[in-house]
Amino acid sequence: MSILSTLWDPFASFGFMRRALVASVTLGMGAGPVGVMLQLRRMSLIGDAMSHAILPGAAIGFLLAGGLSLTAMGLGGIVAGLGVALLAGLVSRRTQLAEDASFASFYLTSLALGVLIVSARGSNIDLLHVLFGTILGIDAPALYLMGGITTLTIALLSIIWRPLVMECVDPGFMRMTGGQGGLYHMAFLFLVVINLVAGFEALGTLMSVGMMMVPAATARLWTRRLLPMMALSALTGMVAGLIGLLVSYHFRLAAGPSIILTCSVLYVLSLVTSPTGLRAARS
Amino acid sequence: MVAASGLHDRAMRGVVGTDRMGRGGAMTHGTIRLENAAATMGGQPVWQHVSGSFSPGSMTAIAGANGTGKSTLLRVIMGELPLALGTITRGGLGPRDFGYLPQARIIDRNFPISVTDMVLGGAWRQTGAFGGADRTVRLRAATALRRVNLEGQAERMISALSAGQFQRLLFARLLMTDAQVIVLDEPFTALDAPTTQDLLALVCEWHAQGRTIIAVLHDIHQIRTCFPDIVLLHAGQATWGRTPDILTPVTLQRAYGGARDPWPETGMQA
Ligand SMILES: Nc1ncnc2c1ncn2[C@@H]1O[C@H](COP(=O)(O)OP(=O)(O)OP(=O)(O)O)[C@@H](O)[C@H]1O
Ligand SMILES: [Mg+2]
Repeated sequence: MSILSTLWDPFASFGFMRRALVASVTLGMGAGPVGVMLQLRRMSLIGDAMSHAILPGAAIGFLLAGGLSLTAMGLGGIVAGLGVALLAGLVSRRTQLAEDASFASFYLTSLALGVLIVSARGSNIDLLHVLFGTILGIDAPALYLMGGITTLTIALLSIIWRPLVMECVDPGFMRMTGGQGGLYHMAFLFLVVINLVAGFEALGTLMSVGMMMVPAATARLWTRRLLPMMALSALTGMVAGLIGLLVSYHFRLAAGPSIILTCSVLYVLSLVTSPTGLRAARS
Repeated sequence: MVAASGLHDRAMRGVVGTDRMGRGGAMTHGTIRLENAAATMGGQPVWQHVSGSFSPGSMTAIAGANGTGKSTLLRVIMGELPLALGTITRGGLGPRDFGYLPQARIIDRNFPISVTDMVLGGAWRQTGAFGGADRTVRLRAATALRRVNLEGQAERMISALSAGQFQRLLFARLLMTDAQVIVLDEPFTALDAPTTQDLLALVCEWHAQGRTIIAVLHDIHQIRTCFPDIVLLHAGQATWGRTPDILTPVTLQRAYGGARDPWPETGMQA
């Protein structure tokens, strides 16, 4: 078996592999840049929390649709994710708790609630799908949803780019010069939620945040400029999608975890080799 | 008088416009006026019974010991903090007419953006997708950087600047906002004498262009020499007026406590 056929055959022979490839490339493109922003805003934990918060919403969608319906679960997830983001924002404004502390308590509650709802009505297989995704079972409507979400993400990021960055670096300046800092913050949280929902079908609630955070952490090791950092983060996610799918095909491993683990391997490699990684720390 | 900048034109138009409205209007356009105002923070009163006004083109220092509510007063002026009591009117000024220089410590200096991007942030309303800026805006940014002697640093990251260079950068961003009212919170803290002189000259230039300047300052000598008006905060009260009338040995003693001259070393600056 030649190298070329190793790389080519899985996608040439199987439609589900092609769809999985398109899905992971699309996901990487949208989630990568969002992940970079999330980390720079020191909100890594909040991404994690949101991904859990989506679960009960998706579970309620699952109940109402009477089975695994992407549309119903996606909508449920978006509503729940935004709800939790708003609620946590309110709580942190009213009390002395920091935003991430209040998120942490919300997400454990959400996770428990979500698992409870799905397992009350569905089978264990359903529960597994919701928690870990089915990237090899992606259908055309799911791809359209992901494509739409990625397009929206890049469009919205480009429009609110400058104010979002300013709100991040210097929130006081934005507020005082009449900018709606909170508005950009909410628009950004909205992007986080829809990207997690996009990743949810393919990678499940528990791992979709991986596609957001790990490539972003990798990209941060290689450049100190924001735009290249976001591009590199997207590229890392897309490449990891390709490699992860090939690895899972040839070694008969689960696809979702293979993709995320490929992201992790790229991260560790970067950590060892990049000029700002461990080498810099040692010297 | 320094010749026409965009703002200068606006100020002139403002005067013409209010003239048509009659005397009363001319007196209040662009005037920020507080009447019997009181502010609270975390349920505690910070200051109360504060009355006074900043007229267009005035240059006012805000002084007082730490924690007397100077930053709070700035937030009230800019409409970010509502008054607990009393009224504030801004004579038709909106949020876009204010330029603000925050106390430096609240800025995330590790954020990976370049000096140029930070300056362009001052004109964020005029930039397009991915913060794209057209030639005019970029030219203005370059001019602003040159004005604060940072032209060689344009491509560096903000994390690589020294404290003094970073403060110069904040002034360049302020130049970009082209605001009518300029609000500065301790703009010269931690700066050496030459940098302070440079930036103070820039503030005076803005004043000469007809902009209103409101600055929190700790250097009494600076206030005496450059700021005709002052608001002195002490024990929840404000003393408001012409600097020579307000800054007497008695009031200084009251506001800053025991020391004869609270900042003996700063007298050497300037
Ligand atoms: N978030 C807050 N919650 C409760 N009280 C606050 C808060 N921020 C400020 N204060 C209180 O309000 C008062 C005024 O604070 P402010 O920051 O306006 O003082 P300042 O004059 O600017 O001080 P400094 O010279 O140290 O900058 C202080 O007594 C402070 O303890
Ligand atoms: Mg202060």
